Amino acid sequence: MLGVLLLAFSVVSVASAELCKPDAQNAFKVRLSIKTALGDNAYAWDANEEYLFKAMIAFTMRRYSSKSTTQISNVLLCNVTDRVSFWFVVTDSSKNTTTVPGSEVEAAIRMNRNRINSAFLLSDKTLQFLKISTTLSPPVEPSTPVWLIVFGVVLSLIVAGIVFLVVSGIQQRKKKNKESTERENLEEKGEVTITIENGIPCETLDLKAGHVNGVFAADDERFTSL
Amino acid sequence: MEKARPLWDNPLQFVFACISYAVGLGNVWRFPYLCQMYGGGGFLIPYIIMLIVEGMPLLYLELAVGQRMRKGSIGAWKIISPYLCGVGVASVVVSFFLSMYYNVINAWAFWYLFHSFQDPLPWATCPLNSNRTGYEEECEKTSSTQYFWYRQTLNISPSLETSGTVQWEQALCLILAWLVVYLCILRGTASTGKVVYVTASLPYCVLIIYLIRGLTLHGAVNGLIYMFTPKLEQLSNPKTWISAATQIFFSLGLGFGSLIAFASYNDPSNNCERHAIIVSLINSTTSIFASIVTFSIYGFKATFNYESCINKVILLLMNTFDLEEGSLTADNLSEMKDYLMAAHPQEYAQLSPQLKNCSLEAELDTAVQGTGLAFIVYSEAIKNMEVSQLYSVLYFAMLLMLGIGSMLGNTAAILTPLTDSKAITSRFSKEVISGFVCFINCIIGLIFTMEAGNYWFDIFNDYAATLSLLLIVLVETIAVCYIYGLRRFEKDLQTMIGRKLNWNPSIPSVGWHTGAAGDKRLPQLRPGSDRAAGGLIHHVHTPGGTPNFHKEETEEGKSLHCRMNTENWIGKDLTHTTSDRALLEASSNHYL
Repeated sequence: MLGVLLLAFSVVSVASAELCKPDAQNAFKVRLSIKTALGDNAYAWDANEEYLFKAMIAFTMRRYSSKSTTQISNVLLCNVTDRVSFWFVVTDSSKNTTTVPGSEVEAAIRMNRNRINSAFLLSDKTLQFLKISTTLSPPVEPSTPVWLIVFGVVLSLIVAGIVFLVVSGIQQRKKKNKESTERENLEEKGEVTITIENGIPCETLDLKAGHVNGVFAADDERFTSL
Repeated sequence: MEKARPLWDNPLQFVFACISYAVGLGNVWRFPYLCQMYGGGGFLIPYIIMLIVEGMPLLYLELAVGQRMRKGSIGAWKIISPYLCGVGVASVVVSFFLSMYYNVINAWAFWYLFHSFQDPLPWATCPLNSNRTGYEEECEKTSSTQYFWYRQTLNISPSLETSGTVQWEQALCLILAWLVVYLCILRGTASTGKVVYVTASLPYCVLIIYLIRGLTLHGAVNGLIYMFTPKLEQLSNPKTWISAATQIFFSLGLGFGSLIAFASYNDPSNNCERHAIIVSLINSTTSIFASIVTFSIYGFKATFNYESCINKVILLLMNTFDLEEGSLTADNLSEMKDYLMAAHPQEYAQLSPQLKNCSLEAELDTAVQGTGLAFIVYSEAIKNMEVSQLYSVLYFAMLLMLGIGSMLGNTAAILTPLTDSKAITSRFSKEVISGFVCFINCIIGLIFTMEAGNYWFDIFNDYAATLSLLLIVLVETIAVCYIYGLRRFEKDLQTMIGRKLNWNPSIPSVGWHTGAAGDKRLPQLRPGSDRAAGGLIHHVHTPGGTPNFHKEETEEGKSLHCRMNTENWIGKDLTHTTSDRALLEASSNHYL
């Protein structure tokens, strides 16, 4: 009786050893980087964590195909290293000797990746299934690119500034033209005399361009007396 | 009725305009590179020597010519000798070339500035590839910042021959850049004078912020030590001295006619000697200041890259040999590598092509200059800082201010001769001429927004202005010294500034350029020769450059007073005003 039990046990363990080994068919390598992800809050990887992992994989398989009856005992782990990496394989629930095809397992894990990650407080980068490539989420793109909005704001400010300056320049010129024609008309009538020195009306001499020299402008005789 | 020549509102505007023009992108992206290549702290020695020997005299020369002749470059050289107006035309043409391609840099700065308002910054991560399993291949091979620059900004084609199409985003930014320039030069000195307050001072604010931020970055000290350790053996390399000379030369923007244009809007009694010294000193100080900032950023980036490299190696070893996390650190890495090589030789041999030798020196040695430094290295450093959007906005706003300040000078060099010419101003108003120049430049500048545009940019950057400027300034110095007459020029300067010169500006530069001894007479009081001109002009100390000549004793001095109060002094009507005849005959006038 004892011998039969021992034989059965050894057969089962040999079978499972054959099913789950590195690079076995339908086996996947998993790598965890707990210390990188959690730093001081890192938990140790022990048998309880392995149990949780098996449970998550079983849950994943059940969720993927609703008719699946995967048990925790169907998930086999082996070659656990200090890195925290190991291989696992999922056996068929009806027959313990065959493994579920790798593509099914991959699809199931892809579908439920978030749940698995959050169970271990890890992310896609720190809980790696080595043969299963992750689908990266694209960045959020607003409907109008942000830069166009800023561009539009700046452009409208600049154009408004240009238009304002040009229009005010035109208005100033019109006013000056009107003034000069008025003055010409008055000159013709001889009503206004404008003092001129060297061909320049004296008003312009009061502009910032000239300095009034104290020596020569000390008295009111700016022009040599006749 | 003669219209008064527009003037700067106050001398400060003039100084700010010159600073804004001289302090440009070259101070930020060329000087640190030269420092690194030619001996670190030791490069400062040839740099300062060249500044004193070459930079200040030539700057003084140009400012004095502009202030005295009160015309743009073509008119000023025509006054010196009608055969020399070609020098002025050459300056205008070179300025035209420069403004064609220089504004593209402002367009790029706008592009980066607009993209800085996103979180995360677009150059921080690679975009995903089509089936979303990883990052774009091109981006993986290089880096996200390089990808953003070469692919998303420039969309660069493989070679110059494949021109590709005009990138509409870059074209829009270029049009915006030209509109900004047009807005600033629209009213001539009235508008330019206000704008230069901002363009001259904002870069310094940003540089100070970056200095504080840069020095507190992790690893910045590595960069600073690397930069400032003088490698004095480089001083024996002639290239060091040549680079220092060319850097001073191009940094000050000599020969373009911009300085002549700016100075022509000066009050004739402005103390341009003092301003020349101030501007050149500020320009060089800014270069050194900017290189401190750049090197702390370099140090930060190099340390960051070095540490990521080490981390990658550690991860690779851990994954391959399934070692416990935390067993491999940066400190024990070399010992562990030896141990692993001994313990698992075959696997280690398989792995060794991927194991890179990380070296901080190698990272620091990657000297970069030009657009690569400004847009790739800096943006890479910025993306790793906290609050990166803020620093990014500040940085690209600073680049914009520097670029626009220089553009104002360039366009002034083109527009001043055009607005001086009566033939053109009688038909078109100033706004129309400025608009026309901006429009032409914008259309031609669209070449640089094509896919092959960056190659064209490099061609223009390397060849458009370099040799021509050296020739132009050489002819300028010969013209002022020998054709106009050094003594006459000295006298003009003395009457403008109002005091004796303490060093002759042109002689050191002539000696530099021609290599000959030149005319080394010093400007002492030479009673004998000056008496022929009608009397001595005594040394008069004029604080602030205001014409306070009432201490003058000579007839010449008195006649000078009258002319100071009108617009017609010396410039245009020299030959027609009889009171000037004495001065004319005395100064051995050669022309007309």
